[in-house]
Amino acid sequence: MTELIDLVLLAMLALTALKIIFLKDLFAVVMLFGIYSFLSALIFINLDAVDVAFTEASVGAGISSVLMLGTLALTGRTEKENKRSSLLPLLVVTVTGAALIYGTLDMPPFGAANNPVHEHVAPRYIEESPKEVGLPNMVTSVLASYRGFDTLGETVVVFAAAIGVLALLGVRREKTDNVRQSGFTDHYVLRIIAKLVIPLIILFALYVQFHGDFGPGGGFQAGVIAAAAFILYALVYGLPSAFRVVGPKFLQGLASFGVLLYASVGLYSMFKGGQFLDYNKLAVDPLAGQHYGIIIIELGVGITVFAVMLSIYYAFASQTERGNT
Amino acid sequence: MLEQHLVALPIILPLIAAPIALLFGRTILTWAFATLISAGACFAAFSLLIAALSEGVLSYAVGGWPPPWGIELRVDAANAFVLFAVTALSTLVLLYSKASASHEIDPDKQALFYTAHLLCLAGLSGILVTGDAFNLFVFLEISSLATYTLVSLASDKRCLTAAFRYLIMGTIGATFILIGVGLLYMKTGTLNMLDLSARIAALEASRTVNTGLAFIMVGVSIKLALFPLHMWLPGAYTYAPSAVSAFLASTATKVAVYVMIRFIFTIFGAEHVFAEMGMDFILMVLAVVAIFKCSYVACVQSNVKTVLAHSSLAQIGYMVLGISLVSVTGLMAGLIHIFNHALMKGALFMAVGAVFYRLGSVNIEAFRGLGKRMPLTMAAFTIAGLSIIGVPLTVGFVSKWYLITGALEQNNWLIAGLVLAGSLLAVVYIGRVLEAAYFKEFPASHDSKDVKEVPLSMLIPMWVLVIANIYFGIDTSFTTEAATSAAQWLFQNNQVLELTP
Repeated sequence: MTELIDLVLLAMLALTALKIIFLKDLFAVVMLFGIYSFLSALIFINLDAVDVAFTEASVGAGISSVLMLGTLALTGRTEKENKRSSLLPLLVVTVTGAALIYGTLDMPPFGAANNPVHEHVAPRYIEESPKEVGLPNMVTSVLASYRGFDTLGETVVVFAAAIGVLALLGVRREKTDNVRQSGFTDHYVLRIIAKLVIPLIILFALYVQFHGDFGPGGGFQAGVIAAAAFILYALVYGLPSAFRVVGPKFLQGLASFGVLLYASVGLYSMFKGGQFLDYNKLAVDPLAGQHYGIIIIELGVGITVFAVMLSIYYAFASQTERGNT
Repeated sequence: MLEQHLVALPIILPLIAAPIALLFGRTILTWAFATLISAGACFAAFSLLIAALSEGVLSYAVGGWPPPWGIELRVDAANAFVLFAVTALSTLVLLYSKASASHEIDPDKQALFYTAHLLCLAGLSGILVTGDAFNLFVFLEISSLATYTLVSLASDKRCLTAAFRYLIMGTIGATFILIGVGLLYMKTGTLNMLDLSARIAALEASRTVNTGLAFIMVGVSIKLALFPLHMWLPGAYTYAPSAVSAFLASTATKVAVYVMIRFIFTIFGAEHVFAEMGMDFILMVLAVVAIFKCSYVACVQSNVKTVLAHSSLAQIGYMVLGISLVSVTGLMAGLIHIFNHALMKGALFMAVGAVFYRLGSVNIEAFRGLGKRMPLTMAAFTIAGLSIIGVPLTVGFVSKWYLITGALEQNNWLIAGLVLAGSLLAVVYIGRVLEAAYFKEFPASHDSKDVKEVPLSMLIPMWVLVIANIYFGIDTSFTTEAATSAAQWLFQNNQVLELTP
């Protein structure tokens, strides 16, 4: 049964990808990208990788679509006609695809229990992590503790993306009375629904943030969801009102703070005589130490991701508004 | 306490410093802080190099988890040597940036510039120090994103297109590396480099692993701008701010060369890559074409930064040529050229940046008569240029000497001859700039009062590199010892597989 579901989903994925290639209307392309991400998320769920599915849905389908739409608002929504010959690119893509198919020939059988990925490092993660790290969600154990350095790196990647966007676009704060009133002033339904929904979204973000140790979720998803709540507010009530709630400068500080919070756990464990990011040293009881460590670093991730996503949105939106006035 | 964490310091110092740098309000504070941190990382790298030369290998288990479950940082002579070059160049470039960057970059964005520089340094150090194939990818992403930002900060708007091209190509390269690492993980169930090496060696010939190798080699070749995947580089180096060109030309692609060496020699094993897959021939042909094609293009450019960018592509050819010889001497020549090239290209781009500082142009026309107007800058350019050519008593000679020795060891007279012929092309493209500087008159139309030497803060880092060009060209003991033991380590490392859980 799962094979059948997989087949159907993969077929839809391929169709979506093909459609994306041939469509010239970029607005539709962004929507299809969102669909593509949701389909991938479903495939991940079918593979029992709920954490990955959750991330794919919230980042790939959620925030990426918002940011791509933000870009389209600046650039226009139809693709330019490409006059160059597409023979060489087609050749490159065909060769790459052929190489990938060639690579599948010796792949371990799909889903077999004795595959190398299940037999080497994974058994320790599965058998020992409840004792060593103490979390029911092993995915969180691996990404926050065993491979915590990667996650610190990924957080810095997100931070670096913010630096890039700020360097290119910047967020200039216009004087509020100069700016034409932005947002949907006349859409009362939208305004009221947004008011109702925003607190719930934030509450859900907090749940995802702190429940990540026990179920699917964690800092990345939570940060994105929280940012979505503020983006909704900025969309409906206008950028100046959003700036009054959280200003761009404050967000920059927040982005730094998240990375520093994460890193400070590492520094503290060094100070306590352990290696960098050795959570065992954070408390007398190593398990409690692991717990503290993971909660704090997840919080750091969440804060940075939230601040960066919102900053990037601000950067795009403030450019668009300047264009409008 | 710091002793114990020495291996981690070159990464975590700039990594933690970057978000702090963003919080400083004043540019001058950010600059001072970034320079201090970079100097600290450089000091740590130097101590690491000394330790690696005497002890062989230093391993650090991040988070206290033993490899292959956790992430291991692993320093040996090879990466310590490159790390020292990268951190030293970063520090000198930052010193140089104070005047240069404040001249070329929008004041609002200078704090972002230093933050991005620190991020780039952290990424490059991470790539060099890590012993984990996926962790390498994470740091590759950090350094790449920071690099695109750095390139896009110039005041010339063409830098945006160049940065965008670089972003597209760089992302494709990184994705290829990720696909390759994924395929390897599928067959081995591990990401630790040593563990990967042991488990790949134990496998029967596998099409999946070979596909992984192909993807990684193509991805890394894009990152190191090996012909014909180099098209992103000239634009990026030409339009980036001068300080950024100096930093990237001497470090970023060279770190990618290191990644190629690491994947070939430590993970897949030279035996497999060269003897069974025949990649040495492919690399050798591409390297020779890169040397001649790009040197030739360098000879006909009018923008001196573009000339130097193409010269960089040719120099990358020499490094890859060293790798493709599959011998300790060849590999050692490649490694020593990474270090030496950093010294010469750093100095050359700094000198060109100095010309831009005074004249606002880096066209070859702008160099007319500068031999008298900016004698120190042009002397620096001359000496570093001679080094690129490979004149004795400079580091360039040392590199080429070992490369030719490596070729002759295998009685490969053709390669030895081609290396010499490539140097002749370097005479042409460096010579054209020198001709303009020393044998043409300063145009009367320019206001001569404005064209004088650049501030000391730019001249000192430039001359430190120039003196290093000469010093390491005469007293070669330090660099050859480090590069030789690195090359030997990489070759014997194949047989030493202590990690088999």
